[in-house]
Amino acid sequence: MVFYDITASSEDREIFLDTVERVAEQVRIPFTIGGGIRTPDDFRKVLLAGADKVSVNTAAVLNPKLISEAAEIYGSQCVVLSIDAKNQGDHWEVFIHGGRTPTGIDVVEWAKQGEALGAGEICLNAIDADGVKTGYALGITKAVSQAVRLPIIASGGAGEMIHFADVLEAGADAALAASVFHYEQIPIPTLKDYLRSRGLIIR
Amino acid sequence: MIAIIDYGVGNLKNVRHVFSILEIPAQITRDPKVIRAADAIVLPGVGAFRDAVQNLEKYDLIDLLKEQAQSGKPFLGICLGMQLLFDKSYEGGEWTGLGLIEGEIVRFKDVPKIPHMGWNTLIPNTESPIAAKIEPESYVYFVHSYHAVAKNPEDVVFATEYGTQFPAVVQRGNILGMQFHPEKSAEVGLQLLKNFKEMIG
Repeated sequence: MVFYDITASSEDREIFLDTVERVAEQVRIPFTIGGGIRTPDDFRKVLLAGADKVSVNTAAVLNPKLISEAAEIYGSQCVVLSIDAKNQGDHWEVFIHGGRTPTGIDVVEWAKQGEALGAGEICLNAIDADGVKTGYALGITKAVSQAVRLPIIASGGAGEMIHFADVLEAGADAALAASVFHYEQIPIPTLKDYLRSRGLIIR
Repeated sequence: MIAIIDYGVGNLKNVRHVFSILEIPAQITRDPKVIRAADAIVLPGVGAFRDAVQNLEKYDLIDLLKEQAQSGKPFLGICLGMQLLFDKSYEGGEWTGLGLIEGEIVRFKDVPKIPHMGWNTLIPNTESPIAAKIEPESYVYFVHSYHAVAKNPEDVVFATEYGTQFPAVVQRGNILGMQFHPEKSAEVGLQLLKNFKEMIG
C-alpha cells in the first residue's frame, strides 16, 4: 500500500502527516508514504506517524546523499527510491517534480546508484504509461530488475489482469495499481486468483 | 494490562494500536513498577541488536526483564525483540542477549537479497496454543537481516524459509518470540495476537 502526494515537491508543500497517522490507525499491513520528503528528519516524522517505508523521488535526485543518510539512520528497509521514467527512444530518462522536469539522468544508472547509496526498494513509474491502462512498461522494468538486486515495484499502466502477470513475469517483484482498484474494475481477490492460476506466488 | 517495553528503539505506536483493536489495555513504559504490575510483557524493537542491548542496559531493564520472564507471565518479543530473547547475536560484533531461549542470531548467508523483506509463509513445526487457527503456509510480514538459530528444535513453533529454514515463532513456556511483525501481518497477525491474549487469560 502506497500513498503519494504527487505534487508536493512541485508545489512545495509539507508532508501530509495527519493523513499518515489516520492511515496507520486503520490498516494492519505495511504502507509507504511519499511526496515532499526532503530531509532525514522528514523520514523520522513519517515513520513516527506510523508509516513503514518512506519514498523519495525529486529530493533524492537533487541530493542523492538523502538516500544514504536516511538508510544509515533508519535502515535500508524503509528507504524506497521512486523513479519517474520516460521513454526517450534509445534510453529511459529520469524526470522529477511529478514528471514535469527532465534531468538528463539515465533510469538504469540512477537505479544502480540508488542501490549503491542504500535504497531498499525501487518503485519504477513509467510516466507515459500511467493512467493509460495499456500495460506496464515491460522493457525498462526488466532492465532495472536485472541491473539491481533490490525489490522492484512496477507502476503505471495497469488496465487488465494480464498486465499484472506480464510485468511480474518480466522481473518486477510487485505491481502497483491505483485506478483499476479504486474504481473496482479489477477486484483484488479476483486478480490474486488469476495470478495464482498463472503459476505466480501471491500472498 | 500489557507492558510494551519502551527502550528507545523504534516506533511503538503500531504495536500498541493493534492491542487496542483486540481490546487489550496496553501501556508503553519503562517504569519498573508498571512492568512488574503488568499481566504480560511485550518487547518490540527495530534496528540493531547492539543499540537495543545498550539501551536496555542504559534503562536498567535487563535484570528486570529476566526476572519478569522467570515469573511465568506471558512474554512476547517481536522482531528484534524476539532476537533479544536468545543467548547472543553476531550482528556487528558479538552481543549477549537475555538468554531466555537457547540459540544464536546470525546473518543470512547465500540469499539473493538482504534484508529478508516482505511476506513469507509459516511452516508448522511444534504444536502450541499460539498456533491456534493459523493455517499452514499463512503469510506474515518480515523485515530483518539476521535470523535465529534455535538450539532446541522443539522451541520452534513455526519456521519460515529464506535461503535456509529458520524460526519464525519460538516458544519456551511463557516466553514467545515472533520474527515477523504480527502488527503488520493483517488477519494472520491479528489471530496470533489473539492467541497471545488467550495465554494472558
